Amino acid sequence: MSAPLTSLDRPNSYIGRSVPRPNAKRLLAGRGRYVSDLKLPRMLYAAFLRSPHAHAKIVSINIDEARAIEGVHLVATGADLAKICTPWVGTLDHFKGMTSAPQMPLPLDRVVWAGQAVVAVVAESRAIAEDALELIEIDYEDLPVVADLDSARQVGGALVNPGSANNICFRSQLDNGTVDDAFAHAAHVVEEEFSFGRHTAVTLEPRALVADYDPAAGMLTVHHGTQTPYQFQDLYSRHYGIPEARVRVIATDIGGSFGMKLHVYHEDMAVVGLSILLGRPVKYVADRIESFVSDIHARDHRVRARMALDAKGGILAVDVVDLTAIGAFSTFPRTSVVEGNQVIRLIGAPYRFKNYRATLEVIFQNKVQTSQYRAVGHPIACAVTERLVDIAASKIGLDPFAIRAQNVIPDDAYPEISPTGYRFEALSHQTCLKRLHEMMDYDALRAEQADLRKRGVYRGIGIATFVEITNPSPAFYGVGGARISSQDGAIVSLTPSGEVRCLISVTEQGQGTEAIISQIVADQLGLALEHVKVVTGDTEVTPHGGATWACRGAGIGGETALQATRALKRNILEVAALILQAQPSALDIIDGEVVDAVTRKPRLPISEIARIAYFRSDTLPSGTQAQLTVSHHFAPQGYPFAFTNGIQGCALEVDVETGLIKLLKHFIVEDCGRVINPMLVDEQLRGGIVQGLGAALFEECRYSETGQLMNGSLADYLVPMPMEMPDIVIGHVETPTADTELGAKGVGEAGTAAASACVLNAVNDALAPFDATINSVPITPAKVLKALKRF
Amino acid sequence: MRGLDEPLLDETDETVRVRFVVNGRKVACEVAPRDTLVDCLRDKLELTGTHAGCEMGACGACLVQLDGRAVHSCLIFAVQADGARIETIEGLTESGMLAELQAEFHRRNALQCGFCTSGMLINAHELLSQTTQPSRDEIRDALSGNYCRCTGYEAIVDAIEAVAKARSDGGGAT
Repeated sequence: MSAPLTSLDRPNSYIGRSVPRPNAKRLLAGRGRYVSDLKLPRMLYAAFLRSPHAHAKIVSINIDEARAIEGVHLVATGADLAKICTPWVGTLDHFKGMTSAPQMPLPLDRVVWAGQAVVAVVAESRAIAEDALELIEIDYEDLPVVADLDSARQVGGALVNPGSANNICFRSQLDNGTVDDAFAHAAHVVEEEFSFGRHTAVTLEPRALVADYDPAAGMLTVHHGTQTPYQFQDLYSRHYGIPEARVRVIATDIGGSFGMKLHVYHEDMAVVGLSILLGRPVKYVADRIESFVSDIHARDHRVRARMALDAKGGILAVDVVDLTAIGAFSTFPRTSVVEGNQVIRLIGAPYRFKNYRATLEVIFQNKVQTSQYRAVGHPIACAVTERLVDIAASKIGLDPFAIRAQNVIPDDAYPEISPTGYRFEALSHQTCLKRLHEMMDYDALRAEQADLRKRGVYRGIGIATFVEITNPSPAFYGVGGARISSQDGAIVSLTPSGEVRCLISVTEQGQGTEAIISQIVADQLGLALEHVKVVTGDTEVTPHGGATWACRGAGIGGETALQATRALKRNILEVAALILQAQPSALDIIDGEVVDAVTRKPRLPISEIARIAYFRSDTLPSGTQAQLTVSHHFAPQGYPFAFTNGIQGCALEVDVETGLIKLLKHFIVEDCGRVINPMLVDEQLRGGIVQGLGAALFEECRYSETGQLMNGSLADYLVPMPMEMPDIVIGHVETPTADTELGAKGVGEAGTAAASACVLNAVNDALAPFDATINSVPITPAKVLKALKRF
Repeated sequence: MRGLDEPLLDETDETVRVRFVVNGRKVACEVAPRDTLVDCLRDKLELTGTHAGCEMGACGACLVQLDGRAVHSCLIFAVQADGARIETIEGLTESGMLAELQAEFHRRNALQCGFCTSGMLINAHELLSQTTQPSRDEIRDALSGNYCRCTGYEAIVDAIEAVAKARSDGGGAT
């Protein structure tokens, strides 16, 4: 007997189906069109001379010799660009009291981190531009360097911004319930101090842009490897005084972004100015060393946290202080305080408790800026919470699964408000916990661990529950004054030959945006997938929207496509009804054919409707104006964010002689609401987990006491490579959001959110027989040996 | 060129004529002695399917076949490759050498941004030409010099494993 019919057995039912990405074939054939591949007529190349000092006064700059080199077209300093570009300030109004100094493309009189671009050379080749850099002389006068969190907070110590009272960028506090009282009466209190190293995105394609200013047309075109073309259209327009409609930003194929390529970089802003000064296309591609010293970094937090529990292990209260050191500026336009803000708001998020207090202090230092990178704040909040829960479990004598089962917000308790103020629509912690327990074969793993321990093999098992923020409303940036959209737009057309084209504001970075949008359009219209073409990433072509960040592509972009397609379908059926002399409600579309809604009998192909509407409108009843193009916008309403949840588990082995950690297997059960393409969701989870595992074990931007990055190359900075990474087992729970028809939430950050917490718990579990603990990531072999008192 | 101020010309302006057989065709180009093979392929020959990721042989994005073996085109100068037979992703695609791997990578979604993919395919092809039935660990080990930030690697390992299995089920390597 055949399996029962599911919704996937309906014709054209693509929502929920694993289909390969149509655009991936180009990339597999080496036919990607990345900005770093682009060559335009009369194009010139920019290179930057960078500061060797972490903090210094610029006394003088001599560019005469560089200017004289054949093939050099322009040598520009901060003063040259300041004449045409207005400064920017990386603050947002809803972060009350935050400060940051104004920023310029290139500095005028002071450098504030080692690696900051100071002088630009534009030449006929990158090599000539770099030759010219060697002939530039800059006289610097050293200033005291603020090299880390502690020196930044020292009273009377060096200042990043001379003239300011201290190095504080932003302070925030949350205080709900009766925290002191809860701790005073708690049966158990656990406490720990955690540190989280700096790491960075290391996209395989570095940052790249080609700015092309045409003075005759007064038109700026920027080919930009970014997630957010509209944001840059707005910023280039404002800061260079070019009307928005005359700024076009094209984001084609991009070699990875993960949040890193949606910030304003000084070099990128400078390249636009250089093109304006020259009236020619100017290309800049960061090399790997430049990427390490100028791409945003992330994390760099130190968190002291304590948790109060009752005698049975029920969580009563959490009290947290998060200190985070950013750069010398807060990043523009999304700031450098969002990560800290999310840390203090996400701590404890899976659990039901009432009393919460948190202090956040965001501090300037002389390093490259930090800002949003995949899973902003989540890995820190998750690691702090989940470690405290494990410490408490071991103190009280509870199994890690048992203490979580006892404390998570029950699946039937929603809606619920967290003590940090987040409103949860519906989460599924209990179901996920149960599923993970089965998937891991937990009891067998524990038995095996006990056996191996007797033989001197130290395995660890760790789990970590998480909550992820997705589908952000204007509460994220818009309310703070940032011109960053939380809505999306789509233009959907029936083409004259009966295919459908969708121009949409969400963008593609390889996660499969174009694939899922085509699935939604094909599904909702009633058309074979291959007859849908999706176009993204060009501000001149696609309507204005938020594009891709903070896990919004599927949830918000997908809903936009869904609503736009339904409107197009209504319009098609209206015309069909006129032709067929039927009621629109009596008709439907299946596989590109208008059919009788009840009998499903084909009546007319939609290609025929298109032909009549476009070429023989004279045969339609008088007064008919067929609308076969629909433009539609969708802004999220209801809950300010669509929270998702899940739980990860891992098994690993610690070599107590060398401190090396071998990851054996990783597990995740995740609930991102409606799954549009299961294969792509799984690949987002796997990729995200591996980025989290990199942070857990390898990745750290290491600085000297003088503020020099010591490991800024791919030979020195360790990234996760294939042989170190485990296979990852995935399970799904689907709790759709009721805020949209589609019901989808985001999934891009779930993997990264909890992977490092999971590993931290597993390593501590492995080291338990030695009474050794680790509270710092990355968990390097040296830290393991130190914990074991063997180093 | 007459009339040009002599001191402005130096050794960096000198170019050398090199000849290769690239993707089955004879080509000649003028390169500076300091130009790497990856720059020559991408800039002079416009074969942009080969990517530069780290410029120090750590990431594998620039792998090409040089006289039949996978090499890092960022680690050799163009002049060193004079006279060599070079196959890039473009040529290997046209000749169908990578067709099974490409189809399986597509089916299994073993790529996201695609920037590492050329190097992954070329390395995977080399592995399968040396070992017909590699284990998952052997595949992971063979790819240990290919960095991918997007996928987490498992889909890539799956795809290579599937091709190896299909070839052996179908009666040996093609």
